[in-house]
Amino acid sequence: MIGIVGYGVHIPRYRIKAEEIARIWGDEGGADGLGIIEKSVPGMDEDAATLAVEASRNAIRRCGVDPKRINAIFVGSESHPYAVKPTATIVAEAVGSTPHLTAVDMQFACKAGTTAIQCCMGMCSSGMIEYGLGVGTDTSQGRPGDALEYSAGAGAAAFVIGRDKIIAEIEGTCSYTTDTPDFWRRPGMDFPSHGGRFTGEPAYFKHTISASKELMEKLGLKPGDFDYAVFHQPNGKFPLQVAKMLKIDPSKIKQGLLTPLIGNTYSAASLIGLASVLDVAKPGNRILLTSFGSGAGSDSFSIVVTDRILELRGKNRSVFQYIGEKEYLDYGLYVKQRRKLKSL
Amino acid sequence: MSPANLGLPLTWRRIPERYGLIGSECENCKTNYFPVRKMCPKCRRKGKMREVKFSGKGKVYSYTVIYSPPTGFELDAPYAMGIIELAEGPKLTAQIVDSDPKDVKIGTPVEMIFRKIQEDGYEGLIHYGFKFKVVR
Amino acid sequence: MRRVAIVGAAMTKFGEDWERGFRDLIAEAGVKAIDDANMSGKEIDAIYGGTMAAGRLIGQEHITALIADYMGLNPIPATRVEAACASGGVALRTGYLAVGSGLHDIVVVGGVEKMTDVPVGDAAVALGGAGDQEWELFMGATFPALYAFIARRHMHEFGTTEEQMAMVAVKNHSNASKNPYAHFQNVISVRDVMKSKKVASPLKLYDCSPITDGAAALILAPLEKARKYTDTPIEIIASSQASDTLALHHRKSLTTLNATVEAARKAYNMAGVKPNDIDVCEVHDCFTIAEIIAYEDLGFVKKGKGGRAIEDGETALDGRIPVNTSGGLKGCGHPVGATGVKQAVEITWQLRGEAKSRQVKGAEIGLTHNVGGSGATCVVSIMRRAD
Repeated sequence: MIGIVGYGVHIPRYRIKAEEIARIWGDEGGADGLGIIEKSVPGMDEDAATLAVEASRNAIRRCGVDPKRINAIFVGSESHPYAVKPTATIVAEAVGSTPHLTAVDMQFACKAGTTAIQCCMGMCSSGMIEYGLGVGTDTSQGRPGDALEYSAGAGAAAFVIGRDKIIAEIEGTCSYTTDTPDFWRRPGMDFPSHGGRFTGEPAYFKHTISASKELMEKLGLKPGDFDYAVFHQPNGKFPLQVAKMLKIDPSKIKQGLLTPLIGNTYSAASLIGLASVLDVAKPGNRILLTSFGSGAGSDSFSIVVTDRILELRGKNRSVFQYIGEKEYLDYGLYVKQRRKLKSL
Repeated sequence: MSPANLGLPLTWRRIPERYGLIGSECENCKTNYFPVRKMCPKCRRKGKMREVKFSGKGKVYSYTVIYSPPTGFELDAPYAMGIIELAEGPKLTAQIVDSDPKDVKIGTPVEMIFRKIQEDGYEGLIHYGFKFKVVR
Repeated sequence: MRRVAIVGAAMTKFGEDWERGFRDLIAEAGVKAIDDANMSGKEIDAIYGGTMAAGRLIGQEHITALIADYMGLNPIPATRVEAACASGGVALRTGYLAVGSGLHDIVVVGGVEKMTDVPVGDAAVALGGAGDQEWELFMGATFPALYAFIARRHMHEFGTTEEQMAMVAVKNHSNASKNPYAHFQNVISVRDVMKSKKVASPLKLYDCSPITDGAAALILAPLEKARKYTDTPIEIIASSQASDTLALHHRKSLTTLNATVEAARKAYNMAGVKPNDIDVCEVHDCFTIAEIIAYEDLGFVKKGKGGRAIEDGETALDGRIPVNTSGGLKGCGHPVGATGVKQAVEITWQLRGEAKSRQVKGAEIGLTHNVGGSGATCVVSIMRRAD
């Protein structure tokens, strides 16, 4: 049996309301189509590495695994603070897992976090490592005035993967990957470029649905077998449409659909959603998790909660506690904090 | 001219202390020190030092809000700083962030968090380490 | 130990001196001090120069070689003394030891800092070197922040108020306005201080000493030979120094500078005088709270009563114990390496009766108190008119 041993998240304290961004650009109601009320904004002193460390410390503290027994750390992000120099070594040192481990950064737009978990699963299953830590973390950037500015949020989620003391078994995973250039950022550029509506049907929907269907087929499961479903959530609307297309009851995705409140946290988005589900799920519940990363690909997982989850409950702040602790910024402070002015 | 530019090895050497609150305990007099000390200033040769990891829990011993920041901290200002008394005894100086400055008082409970301390410009090293936040 | 006297004293006008550089300032102070001692310069055996941060402020190390060169004093030995803001005070004590020991007869003690050749932010970073670079300044602390920690604790433990701190600035500006050498020549009000820009709460701009250029110099001689050079030798009857932790946070208490308490205790013993015997003194008011704590640590008032003392006017020019008649660091300015020497220049003038409109009548015994950093070094010296 392989699965989740511990999990933790970090969501920055700052928020900006979609209507405040709309006010600046004369785009009243512009965010309505995205289903985003507000989004998280990292503090001046936060980046993908600090978010990853906070989430990883929470994950390790929750399950009590000795960090020296974590022999692999994979950090997925599209906003690593260095172009060259790993975020994973910062995390490894800060959680106390150094030096006897392997560590590497991953990048696949919004899905590198789930791929990090797959890597941990492979290494644990093969017996190469005892525990692995898979992290999704991002402080994503949207060009001022672009639709992405409403959604590009910040957050991190970390999962300790292992073969014992499991709180949720990963009973299967599969991926669906093609070369679909719907969103990218060239080296040295501050902001990403994207294909507008092209990011929808041929990219997000095609990959998310294909991976989810393939997983169900592989495991012999039907949509009705899942108690919860979490999909990548670039906005508040897409996951609802996916649920509809897969014939999953929309009530099952509510607990893990957080983009309306914290924006799209990119590599962390589906993983924070999963953490939110684990905060409330009962032993025996089955969860469908499907990520999506532009470029493009999806990783799909079927996860079954074990009895042990009850022992760990309440040991950390819940995802909704993080969401509830907030301080609003106006657009001026937001621009300063995100260093969106060249002169900053 | 940022103090961090004193050098790469200097900041690298401090990573365990800055990331993980690693300090020292003198096994002879049971005094805790932060940062690491190789010699107990009380016991000197009689002292026996061992590494300890502090919990990151503490309280505010004194505090200020900095409005005139030094070079390298311009974007952070205004920011709160405190002398923090760790639960295990030693005191240290750190920024207090993610907190309403009105909540920062002498005696306020705080806990360690992991943040960027400063950067050597846009091309240089990013220095990470502990800051503290008010426990809610 | 031989008895040692000050036989010459001089300083430059303190302030933002755009015209003159480091070498001009120290040469002027040194040469004026030699003139004041009625010497030609040939009599001098050694130089001790206090400067804190010439390396970062003007990019120049090896500064006492420069001083000897520009004062025309080669080939006598010239030694740099550095103890942050106490560099001048420690240079004075080093010169005192050199003459007292009998190794040298006539010694120049100089102090100098040229601070305005770099932007203010860089000067602040250079001054940060007086604290714990890796564990205070690196974290974003500034010197005002360290003294703000002290002020906060003093307010918390003893009820000291921001208005009381402001009164220190008001008094020192008033004294400075009577001192033609002072950086500031204007009087200010408590309201001005309270309304000034916030720097590190509770400290505001007018609670802080300024960034100043300046130099000061003294000529020391054995007391038995002093009258050869001056009619009014000022004997150094004690000079004592103490140390404390480099980082403020390692101290047991923030409301007392233990190095001051220790240096003062030893100095009073050495001189055979009590705090009550001091007629005039210069204390290290790098920030207003520092002067309030100095009253207490030097034994002029009980611990916690410093705020009361300034409020009651005890330390005013006409008070029980006039403090910082020069204007102090706050009003006269704080070219860090020069400050400790300048304090002794002011006390020399006071004990000689040359302090004009700020003269403390009948002053016979004076004290200087010079602090490095947030209190890791302290020098207390006591002088008496040698009649």
